[in-house]
Formats: sequence, C-alpha cells, structure tokens
Amino acid sequence: MMERWNAWPSWARWMSITAVGVFILATVQLVGSDTEQLTSVTTAQAMLRWCVPILLAGLGGLFAERAGVVNIGLEGMMILGTWFGAYGAFNFGPWWGIAFGLFGGALGGLIHAIATVSFGVDHIVSGVAINILFGPGGATRYLSDQIFSTYEGGAITQSPRVDRVGSFTMPFLAGGNIGSWESPDLLGWLDDQGWFYISDIAGLTKGLMAQISLFTLLALALVPISGWVLWRTRFGLRLRIAGEDPVAGETLGVNIYRHKYAGVIISGALAGLAGAFIVIELTGIYREGQTNGRGFIGLAALIFGNYRPGGILAGSLLFAYPDGISLRDLDGSATHALLAVIAVVLTGVFIFSLVRQKRTDAAIALAFALGAAIWYGVTDEAPTWLPNIMPFVFVLLVLVFNSQRLRMPKASGMVYRKGET
Amino acid sequence: MNLATLGRRVGLALAAPAMATAFAFSLAALVLIVSGSDPLVAFGEMLENGTRLETMVDTLNRATPLFLSGIAAAIGFRMNLFNIGVEGQYLMAAFFAAAAGGAVDLPPVLHVGLILVVAVTVGATYSGIAGVLKVTRGVNEVISTIMLNGIAVAGLLPFLVRALADDSGSANVPGTTEISESGRMPSLNGVVEIFTREIGKGRELSSVLLIAAAVGVLYHVFISRTRFGFDLRASGINPFAARVGGVPPQRMVLIAMLLSGAAAGLVGMFEVLSDKFKYDQSFVQGLGFGGIAVALLGRNHPIGIAIGAVLFGFLDASSGVLQVSGSASREIVVIIQGVILLAAVVAYEVVSRFREREEARMAALALQATPTTSNAGGAA
Repeated sequence: MMERWNAWPSWARWMSITAVGVFILATVQLVGSDTEQLTSVTTAQAMLRWCVPILLAGLGGLFAERAGVVNIGLEGMMILGTWFGAYGAFNFGPWWGIAFGLFGGALGGLIHAIATVSFGVDHIVSGVAINILFGPGGATRYLSDQIFSTYEGGAITQSPRVDRVGSFTMPFLAGGNIGSWESPDLLGWLDDQGWFYISDIAGLTKGLMAQISLFTLLALALVPISGWVLWRTRFGLRLRIAGEDPVAGETLGVNIYRHKYAGVIISGALAGLAGAFIVIELTGIYREGQTNGRGFIGLAALIFGNYRPGGILAGSLLFAYPDGISLRDLDGSATHALLAVIAVVLTGVFIFSLVRQKRTDAAIALAFALGAAIWYGVTDEAPTWLPNIMPFVFVLLVLVFNSQRLRMPKASGMVYRKGET
Repeated sequence: MNLATLGRRVGLALAAPAMATAFAFSLAALVLIVSGSDPLVAFGEMLENGTRLETMVDTLNRATPLFLSGIAAAIGFRMNLFNIGVEGQYLMAAFFAAAAGGAVDLPPVLHVGLILVVAVTVGATYSGIAGVLKVTRGVNEVISTIMLNGIAVAGLLPFLVRALADDSGSANVPGTTEISESGRMPSLNGVVEIFTREIGKGRELSSVLLIAAAVGVLYHVFISRTRFGFDLRASGINPFAARVGGVPPQRMVLIAMLLSGAAAGLVGMFEVLSDKFKYDQSFVQGLGFGGIAVALLGRNHPIGIAIGAVLFGFLDASSGVLQVSGSASREIVVIIQGVILLAAVVAYEVVSRFREREEARMAALALQATPTTSNAGGAA
C-alpha cells in the first residue's frame, strides 16, 4: 500500500491529503456546528495572506540548506527585510519596497555566507549571531532611530504607514472584473448553497482566488520557479551538489564556494521578501518585533516539507491555517472546533500506526488524540493563545512521527574547506 | 611546556576576542560618525560612567544572569548539543518559580530554596522534552528547542501571566503575586561597602551573584575534573568512540540536556529573587540568546564566560548613560554586542587555522632537524 502511495506524483499526494483534510473540516463543522469559519472564504483568504511570509522564509531556508548551509538566521534576515521594505515602500512606493526588502535580506545572507563559507564558522553560531544583531532592539532599531524617527508618523520602533500593491480576482470562478464587466462568481454561488463538502471546497477555493495581492501571486510563482531552478538548471545541480557532497563536486570542477555563496544570498533575499510582505501587505507598517518568530516557522515549514518547494507550500498553508481562523474568530469557537479536527487527524495517525505495527507511535497519537478530544468536550471555546502555538506543536508532532522519513541534504550543516576531505 | 610556548598559547587564545572587540568598537565608531555622533565622546562617557561604583554594581547584576545563561549553553556545547532553547527554559522556570514563591509563605532560607528548586526543576523539565525527543525519536535539538521557545514565548507565558495575574496590587502590568520578604535574596552592599564608599542611587549588588559563582565552580569541576565530565566531553567529540569505551551516548545526551536546562532555570533568578520579586509581562527577555553569545565568546570556559558576561553586562549598563547624555543612540551597544560575537567566532576560526598551519610547520621543521635513520624519502 505504501509503495503505491509513494509512486504517486507529489501534487497528487498533496491534493488527496487536502481533499481528506477539507472533508474532515467539513464534517466537524457539520456535526459540531458551532462555527462556519473552518471553511469560509475569509478564512482561506487570511490563511493565504499569512502563509506567504512563512512560505518565502521556507523557500529561503531551502536554497541555503540545498547549498549545504543551515540558516537559522532567517528570522534576522526577515527583520532586515521588514525594515528595508518599509523604507523603500515609504520613500519610493510599494514595488520599490519589495526590491528594498529583497536587498536588505540579501545583505544579511551575505554576512552569513562570509562567516560560514569563507571563515568556516559553525552555521548555527553564525545564525544566532545574526539574529542577535538584527533582532528586536538591535541594529534595526538603531536605523529606525536614525531614519524613521525623522519622518512624520514614524518613531524609534515603527515606520509611517506604507501602501500596498494592487490585487487581483479570478474572473468567472471568483467573480473578478474583466474591464468594467463583472463576471459571474461561480465559486461564491456554490459556497452560498450550503451543500456539504462541495460548498466547503468552493469557499476555500474562492478564498484562494479572490482579491489576491499581486505580491502573493509573485510569492506563489516562486514555488515552481524554485523547483525549476534547483532541479532543472545547471546552476541548481551545482548548488545541490554543494549541499550533498561538496568534495565530489570539487573533483568535477564545480566552484563550491561560489555556489554556497549564491545559495545563502538567495536565501537571505527570499527571507527579506518575506519581511517586505509582512510590512507591505499584512500590516502596512514597520513595527519592531512584528515578525514574531515567523522566520523560525519558515524553517519549520522547510523541515515539514522535507526540503522540497511543494512541501514547503503545503507546510506554510497548514501553519498559517490557525492564524487564518483566529483572525475572524472573536469568541474562540472556530479554534475550539479545530481541537476536534486535531483529535480526528490524530486518531487517523493512531489507526495508521497500529496497522503498521508501530506501537509507540500509536500510543503517542492516541494520548494526544484523547487529550484534544477531552479538551474539546469539556470546554466551549478555545483560549486565544492556542492558534499561536499550533504551528510549533504541529512541527514537533511531525518530527515525532516522521523524523525517520525526512531527508535533509547530506552535507547540510557541515563546514566545507576546499582541498580537505 | 616552557614559558615561551605558554606565553604564545595564552597570546593566541586572547588574540581572537581582543581583535573582535577592537573590530566591533571600530565599526561602532564608524556607524556613529556616519550618523553624526562623536564616537570619542560616546566611548569616553561609557568608560567614565563604567568606572563609577554604581555602574559596576549594575554591570555585575546584569552579568549574573548572562553568566548563568552562558553556562547553560556551554554545558550543551561541551556535549556538541545546541540548546537554543535556554530562552524558553529560563522564562518558563522564572514564571513558575515566581508563581510558587508568591503563593506560599515559608521561613527565610526554605522560601528561597523552594523557589530555586522549582526554577531548576521546570528548566530541566522543559529542556528534557527536547532531550527525550532527540534520544527516542532522533529529533534535532536545534529545531525542537526553537519550537519549544515558540510555544513558551508566543503562547503559554502570555496566557499564564494573565491567568495567574494578581489584580490586588496597583501594578499596571499583569504579573504574579510579589514574593514576600522571606523569599528574597539579600543585598551584598554591606560586604562591598567595607572596602569602598557607600553605594548610592539605590543600587544593590544582588547575592544571586554568589549562586552564579557557585554554578561556575561546579561546572568547571564537573566538566574538567570528574570521570562523568570526561565521558560527557568524549561522547560530544566522538559518540561512536565513546560508545566503544562504554559510554552510552543517548544517556549522555539526555543528562547534558537536563543539566543545561537546570542551569537555564537559574537565569531568571536575579529578577525574581532580588529585583522585581515577581514575573510580569515586562519580564526581561533575550537572556537566552545573550547566554549563547557569552558562551561562544568565552569558548565554554567558566572564566571566559565570566569575562564575556561582564563585557556584555557593561555594555548593557552603558546604554542608559548614552541615552541620558544624548551623545549617541543607545542601540549602538546592541550593535557592538552583535558585532563582537560575529567577529569573535570568525576570529577564533582564523586563529585556529593559523595555529594548525603553525603546528604543521613546526612539525615539519622538527622532522628536518632530526637525522633520519632510513634513507626512504630522503632523496633530495
């Protein structure tokens, strides 16, 4: 059974997992009936928006990791991206903000590359140093003090407000305009019918197609582009050999240092984009501490997605889902329903592990499933902090059940020196 | 080892951090010049202020938690473990210790003892999760501790503080009940003032400093002078070889993680036992990462960590005076700290490469000097 499943193409696997997931959400919504937020259009929209910074940070991690450099400095590089993004967007307009954010992150990547590649500093150490240097209260606050404080509406910890880039709605499916003609809204109509499962899928899909920021489209386009660059180009092959077996690459005449540099700088640039997205699209302002650990969640999405672009997208959507729900969920009922979903999913893991004779896995899954179910049963609403910790808990659970199956690039995290084996 | 080589070794060991500090200050000077401040005035003020008795007390108080955090990180490093989670561990520990201390009333020594035991236990438990995950499931500790940090800082702690908040006081920030007099550590001002003038400005030298010193001594004895410490370092350097030698690496990982978390539990004690006497929403954050920085600066040696902690504590203490005098933006000290750290790790790498080359050269020289008995390879 497992062999046949693994033989499916990865998009088909992710599609069927999603289909099952939505089915569970729809069922819980129907049976529990305390909320309609689980599969609403607004939830999907919010999920998509909040997924982008995680996705971009994850892709950033991918390029570094594939080149053999662990980048836990993503958070710091993302913060650089928020600052530079706000600076560019305020002074020259949102599109320049994106470019500035990219540049700011790349600068952080360059520092990481100099330390880890040229000087052979331990990757984690250098990453921690970058996070301290650019983290809250550090270099970016100095810059804000020097520059944002002089602007009207700016202060030592925040910038003036900045504009967004434009947005786009899919015609026919989600009711977007063609010229001045308003096309029919097929998915919206389906969503309004209240048909079990079909309306749920329609609602979520419409959310992914209505009023999508152009920046979001750019970020989503980067998923296949990253895959293409890494797996279909000569540059990608050389970059990956730097992460798998640099010594072998060296014997083939590949300039490992140069490709590691490229990987880490691209990594920083993507993290910077993630920061710029937060400023330009999500909050409309630079505020200190606003990344709130999303760089680390991006790292988590990278691991969850098994170091592949499609998996990172899936991971970031999953991690952004609790965010998406909690934004419109003032009474905590939707998050509460999510507990039931978790219980159902973990019960699935429990049965699956039993079938595969993994008793410890089964026991752990059962314990957590029971915990979630009891929590769901005895309370009427979930506390507001629950969505905040969900991404972190998801990652821990995935690692607990799946760490043997994950495969990181072979030489990732190792210090490479030319001419040494 | 003769005196010359000893001097050389010490010189090489000190070269890296000295170079890094000098580099960081020069870079900071450059930044200050670009942003229109006079670096000489700013550094002068920092130095003048730093030599005042009150600032020294402040520096030591700030160095104490950093030192403990550095020791926590260093215990992991000696075992080749990255405990990035010191941050989450000390915050969790501080919260529960403060909550427990505020909830009960015990005789003086017992009260403090209870708070310390709670802190150490909670810290070790929280790091123990990462240890168990690594040992049983092979989960990388860097990732799991980052996630545990996220859970503690982003979710649990803000909630717990609000849930247990003491509304009776007039405090604006929600926090735990203040710990009563019996659960506080005394000030060391009386002892210091025997040798110096009176300490003004209401500054009090915390006796948590003594706890930190004791932990430092224990750490040194444990790591360098016991069989167990030897096993720990051995399985850090080469777990396979250590296993052949009869040291189970899994158990070592777990123990190192637990000890590291236990030390992390003490990091918040300066604030809990002798500064704020409670945990509230404005409780100091970032000491976990500061500790990693200090451990790296001090190369995991207790004296090195202490020097690093005092240096960082001094910089923290100086930020206030810069703000007051307005000669420079106070954030310059964080830039200095970050750059010192980055420059130091780079410099250590450079020095160790230099030393490697030097040793290879010396060995080659020594080989040439000794008359060879065989002619193989002697063809010139």
